[in-house]
Amino acid sequence: MNTVNFLLMRQEILLASIVILLIVAEIFVPANRKKSIVHLALLLFSIHTLVGFLPMAEGILFGGMFRNTTLIHLFKNILNIGVLILLFQSADWLQHKIFSQDRGTEFFVLLFTSLLGMYFMISAGDFLMFYLGLELSTLPIAALAAYETHKLTSSEAAVKFILSAALASGVALFGISLLYAVSGSIYFDVIAANIVQNPLTALALVLFLSGLGFKISLVPFHFWTADVYEGAPICVASYLSVISKGAAAFILMIILFTVLKPLIDIWENIMYVLAVATMTLGNLFALRQQNMKRFLAFSSIAQAGFILLGLITGTQLGATTMVYFIAIYIFSNLAAFGVVQAISQKTDKENMSDYEGLYRTNPNLSLVMMLALFSLAGIPPVAGFFGKFFLFTATASEGYYLLVFIAVANVTVSLYYYLLVIRAMFLRTRPDAIPYFKSSLYMKIGLIATVLGILSLGLYSPLYEYIHELSSKLL
Amino acid sequence: MDILTLFVALPILTILALIFAKDLRQSRTIAMVGSLIQLGMALNLLFAYFNEKTINKAVFVFVKDVVWFESFNIHYSIGVDAISVVLILLTSIVVLAGVFISWKMAELPKEFFISLVVLSTGVYGFFISTDLFTMFVFYELAVIPMYLLIGIWGSGPREYAAMKLTLMLMGASAVLLVGILGIYFHSNADGGALTFNLLQIAEVNIPFEAQKLFFPLTFIGFAVIGALFPFHTWSPDGHASAPTAVSMLHAGVLMKLGGYGVFRVALFLLPEGALHWSWFFIILSAIGVIYGAFAAIKQTDLKYINAYSSVSHLGMVLFALLMLNKTAWNGAILQSLSHGFMTALFFALIGMIYGRTHTRDVTKLGGLLKVIPFISVIYVIAGLASLGLPGFSGFVAEMNIFVGAFQHDNLFYRIATIVSVSAIVVTAVYILRVVGMMLMGPVTNDAYLQLEKATWFERTGIMLLLIPIVIIGVAPLWLSNAILDSLTPFLAHLT
Repeated sequence: MNTVNFLLMRQEILLASIVILLIVAEIFVPANRKKSIVHLALLLFSIHTLVGFLPMAEGILFGGMFRNTTLIHLFKNILNIGVLILLFQSADWLQHKIFSQDRGTEFFVLLFTSLLGMYFMISAGDFLMFYLGLELSTLPIAALAAYETHKLTSSEAAVKFILSAALASGVALFGISLLYAVSGSIYFDVIAANIVQNPLTALALVLFLSGLGFKISLVPFHFWTADVYEGAPICVASYLSVISKGAAAFILMIILFTVLKPLIDIWENIMYVLAVATMTLGNLFALRQQNMKRFLAFSSIAQAGFILLGLITGTQLGATTMVYFIAIYIFSNLAAFGVVQAISQKTDKENMSDYEGLYRTNPNLSLVMMLALFSLAGIPPVAGFFGKFFLFTATASEGYYLLVFIAVANVTVSLYYYLLVIRAMFLRTRPDAIPYFKSSLYMKIGLIATVLGILSLGLYSPLYEYIHELSSKLL
Repeated sequence: MDILTLFVALPILTILALIFAKDLRQSRTIAMVGSLIQLGMALNLLFAYFNEKTINKAVFVFVKDVVWFESFNIHYSIGVDAISVVLILLTSIVVLAGVFISWKMAELPKEFFISLVVLSTGVYGFFISTDLFTMFVFYELAVIPMYLLIGIWGSGPREYAAMKLTLMLMGASAVLLVGILGIYFHSNADGGALTFNLLQIAEVNIPFEAQKLFFPLTFIGFAVIGALFPFHTWSPDGHASAPTAVSMLHAGVLMKLGGYGVFRVALFLLPEGALHWSWFFIILSAIGVIYGAFAAIKQTDLKYINAYSSVSHLGMVLFALLMLNKTAWNGAILQSLSHGFMTALFFALIGMIYGRTHTRDVTKLGGLLKVIPFISVIYVIAGLASLGLPGFSGFVAEMNIFVGAFQHDNLFYRIATIVSVSAIVVTAVYILRVVGMMLMGPVTNDAYLQLEKATWFERTGIMLLLIPIVIIGVAPLWLSNAILDSLTPFLAHLT
């Protein structure tokens, strides 16, 4: 192995150096100028995101522990863009609420470390690397969830998260050890070649799925979701629902489609049940939510159910549509969380009824929210429609018409509660509506970026074709 | 840019211009200019179509095809035949009339006109599409602005009505989506590539089992917006709560998407499924025809009367389409047109009466003919057209429908036809009852004596709608011939 090979880990190395650089900056920047670290972090991460788009070779490192393919590379870029938008949206909150308590730099360090964990997780070539990445991505989030120390709910969220996460990863580890027992290896390729369908592998599969099911918050592993989202700072909830969920769904797809391919008959059925349960229960719980963060929590559970539809097929079409859907979902959900964040930051209001009459006072924020919700609900011409349509097409391509039918029924239910928010913002008025306010420049950039994504990703087809081309090598 | 894409591009330009409008005056001017150009383009398209047809014998003319999503074989493919051309003309007239009727829209005028234009974009796009995917995109685009239009500018239980309408229509489109996917994945039954293109799918022999499964999904998916009984319940509530121009557009244009979609997709692509299921849906649509008429008798709210009347009239469209023969289909298209103009006219008049008297309750109104003669006389004319008086479009349409329906010599069809025909008598009852109570007799309320006469923009809106009704009624042959000509390939495909 020579040093050139390390270029395959370019993104990981760069991100790790940013983390170290920020720690150094924290030491040397004088206390009265700490707030400028936000600008520094944003700048560094923007550069990191841009550099990510440089072409990268495919290959493996460390005897197969770490690997890079163009699809994984693309997905890392998607995650980068998501995190960058998230940083823009939370910059103002960090400067005013967190840096005044002198805990700002740690926020970036923890967030980037978690992202680094996700890089390793999706680049994993064996279960050891996978597990390390999983843990590295999960543990910092618990600290981030507790970031608003003056709020009891924030600490509660962190404790709930860490306990559920520990249990889930323990269960997943048990599943992985059973797979090792069956195949004698932790390397993905070896396992794929050596496992056959039998009760033991089926058990291993189920245990493993419950571990990842927690991260994607699939029903019945979703109980932590709403409480954690509600208690955690909004940008952390946003990170959990968008970046963390997207990365976990992606690696789940890779593992199911490559490593556990021999067990497809089993996991197809499991996924079928999980998808139906997740969509339906997520939707039913979302119907009655008043708090916007809980509302988005259940909505994102329902969306996770849709993501699974792509998995069920086990085909290239399924993989393509799923990655495409996740990319669109990231933009849509970031836009929704961004608006909630902007409003909460200025007014501390987080209930749906507080949004009444918002269009008359803050038309731009309301329009962004409307586009985001339409995209989540799947209304043309915004991107969410294309994401959902193609997912359903993939599902139907394998003849699962009944499942598509259940899914579209769920789309209609979800439309109801998304329209409730639009009803509050556009249809209703109240004298004490949230008054007009100006968002910071960073917040504006963060929101405009999501809007551009929502408007262009669907109508403009080349992204889909590009993912389609990359995913052909997956199988 | 080609002649058809302009129909989608111009509304988008209008929207962009509207974004910069500052007040009501600017918004309505922009909206009016946009719709006027649109009407000019629609008339131009009509003549261009007749010219083109003399040299081009293809099913669709002015076709254009651009690849959109290559791996799904999704194209932006467009083209028109006589049916889409006349429906586009209908749309442009109703939209323009709607803009005139909303001349005094006080609340959020800019947003109102933008929503209206978005809706019309969806409708135009739907009528020009020859690709199932594109068609579906435009269909949903046309439906969703209704939520805001009714919810923000409506009256009465507007939130409830808007939600009910949106969920029922979007629920139907969800069912439709399953149907479309079913068709798509059987479009390679003869060994070709999967495709969303209507004409290409029509050449494929989709297996009977699949047709049997997907026909009801596709049919119901479209027919809900065409007010198929028992899925019509969104329509009366929606119409009653909607502002005038929205009722006009919705009943006049949007509900036509249902019949058009059934004709273009369900019947054209799944003919064997249609034959298999037609008895069932004939029963439903015949019930709709007769039920709508009787329900209209019982109502006292003018908008509800007209909404149920629409259920009845559009039931006839579905009924005629299911008869699967040339005369009935011709009648169905004519009925779509005729009902589009008529019902838009009715809603416009109701809006004017309501705007002046502040009530839509016929039992409270009386003697309006004396105080607002112009509006009242037009109401009588519209009523006569609606009950099928010769000389107006309604007669031509219903005549064709029932002659076509009676061509079946099977007892089931005969009974269904007789039941449906009887609705015409009931129609006369509710129309004449309203005319008698509301327009004739003494003036019931002294305040009515001061009612404002119809203004210039109201008259313009009304005349725009009335003239086509008379033209179709007096000289239907050119239209009928063009439609019959376009029906031929669809009929040929059926047998």
